[in-house]
Amino acid sequence: MNIKILGTGCTNCKNLEKATINAVAELNLNATVSKVEDIQQIMNYGIMRTPALVVDEKVLLYGRVPSVSEIKELLLKSKQ
Amino acid sequence: MKLNIAPNLRNRRRFLFFVLLPVWYIMYHYLQPLSDFVVDDLLRMTRGSHLTESIRFFVYEVPKVLLLLTLIIFCVGIIRTYFSPERTRKALEGKSHFTGNVLASLLGIVTPFCSCSAIPLFLGFIESGIPLGVTFSFLIAAPMINEVAVVLLFGLFGWKTAFIYIITGLVIAISAGWIIGRLHLEKWVEDWVYKMKAGEQLLDEQLTFEDRVKRGFEAVRDIVGKVWLYVMIGIAVGAGVHGYVPQDFMASFMGKSAWYSVPLSIVIGIPLYSNAAGIIPIVSALIEKGAALGTSLAFMMSVIGLSLPEMIILRKVLKMPLILTFVGIVGTGIMIVGFLFNLIF
Repeated sequence: MNIKILGTGCTNCKNLEKATINAVAELNLNATVSKVEDIQQIMNYGIMRTPALVVDEKVLLYGRVPSVSEIKELLLKSKQ
Repeated sequence: MKLNIAPNLRNRRRFLFFVLLPVWYIMYHYLQPLSDFVVDDLLRMTRGSHLTESIRFFVYEVPKVLLLLTLIIFCVGIIRTYFSPERTRKALEGKSHFTGNVLASLLGIVTPFCSCSAIPLFLGFIESGIPLGVTFSFLIAAPMINEVAVVLLFGLFGWKTAFIYIITGLVIAISAGWIIGRLHLEKWVEDWVYKMKAGEQLLDEQLTFEDRVKRGFEAVRDIVGKVWLYVMIGIAVGAGVHGYVPQDFMASFMGKSAWYSVPLSIVIGIPLYSNAAGIIPIVSALIEKGAALGTSLAFMMSVIGLSLPEMIILRKVLKMPLILTFVGIVGTGIMIVGFLFNLIF
């Protein structure tokens, strides 16, 4: 699973990254988590609000920082 | 795998909502006698001394403002789920200049916005053909007229000042955006912006009412969690001013007669962004000590509406002359508001 966090480096983006890393660890997933900070690349995903959570090039969520349990649900859903 | 904790959580949330609302009301209603009881009977302080009145101010204002903030942010958090930058952009597409400015400023109040999303939002608007001036109207109104500022103004100054703040903020956002549009400053937008190709726009998410209530709670957690400390520090300083600074002390340098105080307070206000929640309680205490309303209003608008960090963020997409023009026009608007209100009141 290829997970990307989109965000230009604000607090919310860091919080989402942390929460996602925790969610991946708790689920014991085989996934890589990377950050996309370049604004032009971020715009390619068609979002207007950061941070965003992208799994295998699909935007699952944007504009807010969800709880770890919500991220876990999203990750499990997209795994299927 | 289906997670079956959801119904349980949902019930708990509903329960929480219906229990918390009456608790909120009772606390808010009995705040004055309660805070008097704490100060006079529990702490047994002598009435009328500087220290007593400072502490009374603090013990009453802190829970009052935090209670107001919690309720309003919860409600605004729910209302905001009905708006989104994506929908706002759709509404603004193809609007003529003046109408676009008005609509963008109004939508700026209710659309969820965080200054860290200023760039993607700016690019998203420009990309779909919304004029530069209309985009600016949105970017001025969204941070300036925010729920934290309005709640603090309402709680500490009363509804009239909160209303004046909203209306003058709107007028500034509309006219500054309109002027920027008329000046045709597209040449001062970074060149790559107009060449950029954004990906296909995402559809809005579908939310149930339960989801919206959940967002309301999340907004409270995020925003109150972030500002409560500033609010307490601000009210503590305000309480000190309230108890110790002599009456009319501020009149000489923030009063009506000191005309230069309006531009000066705007310049001082620009770098003070992060303390918006803390600055309003201090200003409310200063007004009590003779600072003029117009000067104070100008100061608060500059603190909240003209923020240095946001300008640094916008520098990625705007060239320096445009940022300076933007600050100049908005600053002038705030200055007119300051002078006007010093003249009227």
